[in-house]
Amino acid sequence: MRIYRLLLYLYPASFRADYGDEMAAIFQVQLRAARGVARLALWFAVLHEVIMNAPAVHWDILKQDLRYTFRTLNRARGFALTAILVTALGVGANTAAFSVADFVLLRPLPFADPDALVRACEGPRTGAGWGCMNELSPANYRDFKAMSSSFEAMGAFTGGAANLVGFGEPRRLAITPVTPDVLRLLGVTPALGRGFDAREDDRRTAVISYGLWQSQFGADPSVLGRTVRLDGVPHTIIGVMPHGFYFPTREVQLWTALTFEDEDYADRTNTYIHAVARLKPGVTFEEARADLEVIAARLARDFPETNAETGISFFRMRENMSPRFRLMLMALGGASLCLLLLTCANLANLLLARAAARERELAVRAALGAGKERLMRQLVTESLILTLLGGAAGLFVAVVGVPLFASLVPDTLPIATEPVLDLRVIAVAALFTTLTALGFGLFPAIRAGRRTTFDARREGVRAGGGAKQRLRAVLVTVEVAMSVVLLITSGLLIRAVWQVQAIDPGFRPENVLALNMALPRPKYDKPLQRVQFYDRVLARVRALPGVHSAAFTSGLPMVTTGLVTAIEIPGREKPVRRRDVVSHRWVTPQYFRTMGIALRRGRDVEDGDRGDRAWVAVVSASFAERYWPGQDPIGRTFRHLDDTRTVVGVVGDIKVRGLERTSEPQMYLPAAQAPDPFPGGFDPKDLVIRHSGQASALVSAVRQIVRAIDAEQPIADVRAMDDVIAGETASRRGQLQVLGVFAVVAILLSAVGIYGLLAYTVSQRSQEIGVRLALGADPARVGRMIVADGMRLALFGIAPGVLGAYAAARGISALLFGVAPGDPATFATAVGVALLTVLAGTLVPAWRAMRLTPMSVLRAE
Amino acid sequence: MKTEAESLLPLPPVTFHILVALADEDRHGYAVIKDVAARTGGTLKLSPGTLYRSIERMVQQGLIREISSRPAREIDDERRRYYRITPFGREVAMAESRRLAQMLDLARAKGLAPRKV
Repeated sequence: MRIYRLLLYLYPASFRADYGDEMAAIFQVQLRAARGVARLALWFAVLHEVIMNAPAVHWDILKQDLRYTFRTLNRARGFALTAILVTALGVGANTAAFSVADFVLLRPLPFADPDALVRACEGPRTGAGWGCMNELSPANYRDFKAMSSSFEAMGAFTGGAANLVGFGEPRRLAITPVTPDVLRLLGVTPALGRGFDAREDDRRTAVISYGLWQSQFGADPSVLGRTVRLDGVPHTIIGVMPHGFYFPTREVQLWTALTFEDEDYADRTNTYIHAVARLKPGVTFEEARADLEVIAARLARDFPETNAETGISFFRMRENMSPRFRLMLMALGGASLCLLLLTCANLANLLLARAAARERELAVRAALGAGKERLMRQLVTESLILTLLGGAAGLFVAVVGVPLFASLVPDTLPIATEPVLDLRVIAVAALFTTLTALGFGLFPAIRAGRRTTFDARREGVRAGGGAKQRLRAVLVTVEVAMSVVLLITSGLLIRAVWQVQAIDPGFRPENVLALNMALPRPKYDKPLQRVQFYDRVLARVRALPGVHSAAFTSGLPMVTTGLVTAIEIPGREKPVRRRDVVSHRWVTPQYFRTMGIALRRGRDVEDGDRGDRAWVAVVSASFAERYWPGQDPIGRTFRHLDDTRTVVGVVGDIKVRGLERTSEPQMYLPAAQAPDPFPGGFDPKDLVIRHSGQASALVSAVRQIVRAIDAEQPIADVRAMDDVIAGETASRRGQLQVLGVFAVVAILLSAVGIYGLLAYTVSQRSQEIGVRLALGADPARVGRMIVADGMRLALFGIAPGVLGAYAAARGISALLFGVAPGDPATFATAVGVALLTVLAGTLVPAWRAMRLTPMSVLRAE
Repeated sequence: MKTEAESLLPLPPVTFHILVALADEDRHGYAVIKDVAARTGGTLKLSPGTLYRSIERMVQQGLIREISSRPAREIDDERRRYYRITPFGREVAMAESRRLAQMLDLARAKGLAPRKV
């Protein structure tokens, strides 16, 4: 019998209360009548019946509750829509933000056992920081590899680009030469064919990316064994990497075999490779770092000439991104957490307000015999439906939102640009809001259960205690505080972007078009061949209508940020490597005029600066100041490589490395005065054109000109210098957009919160206000009182908000580009915006209070 | 336009049986089970769960109601609750009977059921 009673607990409590006793009684009768096998059969029948019926009864009640819920929500459409919208914004924004943060910061890289993958390059001798100071030289790499005991495998790779000829249009490709170990140690097997072997005949082979296979070879499975020409050199395709394989970055489409000859090991300062390695099982990252540091110390002792200042920079492959990205993502995570809390506070507030309005209804239902359990169940259903709808809308917001966050994915990581929506995050955000909804949704039911129903009915709509009012006021102040934090931090970041945008790049980017046409070696091995190409292209381009000037350079500012070299001043000690370097560019005449770089003294590079004339150089102002402080640099000489050059001109400094970075002094050398042999990487390859016409028409005209001169020469990376400058602040602006949207949503939510609270207060006090007005109180004073109530709440929220914002700003000061974390203008503006928004939220309730009359109050009662 | 009674048709068999059982007198739950079993020759034995789930729904639909008048104290069990068919319940039961009769006529016309005796 007791077992049967227990079984009845599977039914809803209200059903059990109504029919449990009778069912038990019937069962008792049946049990008494049954003997032996019949009794066993009865038990089976009972079990079967409970299992079939109990869920059905639950479903009946759920259907009823759902019907009731939709009816009530339909009646309170404003409330329902607000609650759903609030939940959708909170859940959606959160899911999107955390999906991106997770994608960039946490999700394992798409390689086998990715946590064991590390990268190494040269860093400062003491201390470790992010990133590489320099690439490795093959000799140092060889020694690190041979002497370390922490790695299962180590490989090297370098960066590059090549003209791909042989299939379709000639194309400029990002390629990466890798040693045979690299693809193997990443643990990714090619989708087709094989990776590289240490075999001799792999020298002229290539592995292509899935994307290139699709786009250039039409996903042809017989691509293996075909020959492509890379910068004129035939390579045989031996493999195709799988979809989603990126190494070392997204852009790379093709891998060739990297091999070292004896002469590559000769110079330890010949740095051009990166190392990637896999830790041995059981070896920790720190142990491996210590291992490498010991080796670096030994190399510094053995080769003090070259290695005295050379340490090792060693980091996990996962962490190959600038600290700014990491910080920004963390800030974003914090902001979205703020927003989630705000959402929950707002939802709680809405539900409390609604609970107050429904107290009477619930009391009446309780009085009519609805059990507490039944009411709770009803309210739970309501809360769940609200959050379910809100969550679904939030999912939609997240789906729409995630692509907007693509600018937050750094391009230094081997992952796709497009972050994917993370369902786990959705689950967490949904859980938060659901818990809030349940917690605050049940509040009224608990109250209704506790109170004597008689009291509630007598009190009528004036029900609703002071404790709950206080709770709501606290929630509102929390909302205001959170939104002030968001407003101030995004305001500071806006100022930082302005500050960066206001930096003078040193050149005039407007109306400058740049096209990349790297001349392949060995086709253009001889200096004369290249000079002829430049001359012929420039002569025809300059003749085009709308073209003011045109020139070639070996690297665009902010695009090619490296290309540094050392020089020697006669009569001075040898330069210290790695500190005393200058940025250098090989340019044709008209470069300064085209880029809009100011010529301060002397002259430009001229057509006459050929190999058979005196070798000259144009230097930047900071270059002159560094080597000949306070003196006239014109006519001075210095040595570069093995040549002596005379300074003939001084130009203004430009921001070679980017707006936010410090750049080395610059030196410009005539393209026609290049030594022979000359490394291909230093060749002028970017054609810059100052024009006053349609860029698109210009591009096709240039294409025709180049095709007529060399049909196999591709043109890549067509860009306006304007866009290059804009790109400098793109990631900042992308991040800012997200944060800005958060801040706007936050302040709107707070305004809704304040409005809701005051509207409720007014309805609570309507009788009192109505009587006061009837007795001759000044309506304006009543209105002022309501507004003052709201503003008091706002001030309570603003104070901790300002403090929190200051703390947050200190945390992200690295992102602020010199804007003080306590920047008064930003703080004042943000607080002003917050106050105005709150004020707007108070106006409607205040207006409503002023229009109350005793009659309308009585009628409402 | 359907009448309110017709909107409930076709009735679930259990609902119909309960209505029939309550048509001539007020009964408590166990009496309904016994009545249905007797009238169907033991082929339909309602379990308490099925019965009370149906009763709960029928009360809400207004087909039956719980009554407070009770039989003489000596034959009463105070745990028992008695149910009575409402006029609306009667109306629905009759509508269902008509529907069933029409179905039977259709079947007869095609030789799928024995002719009326």
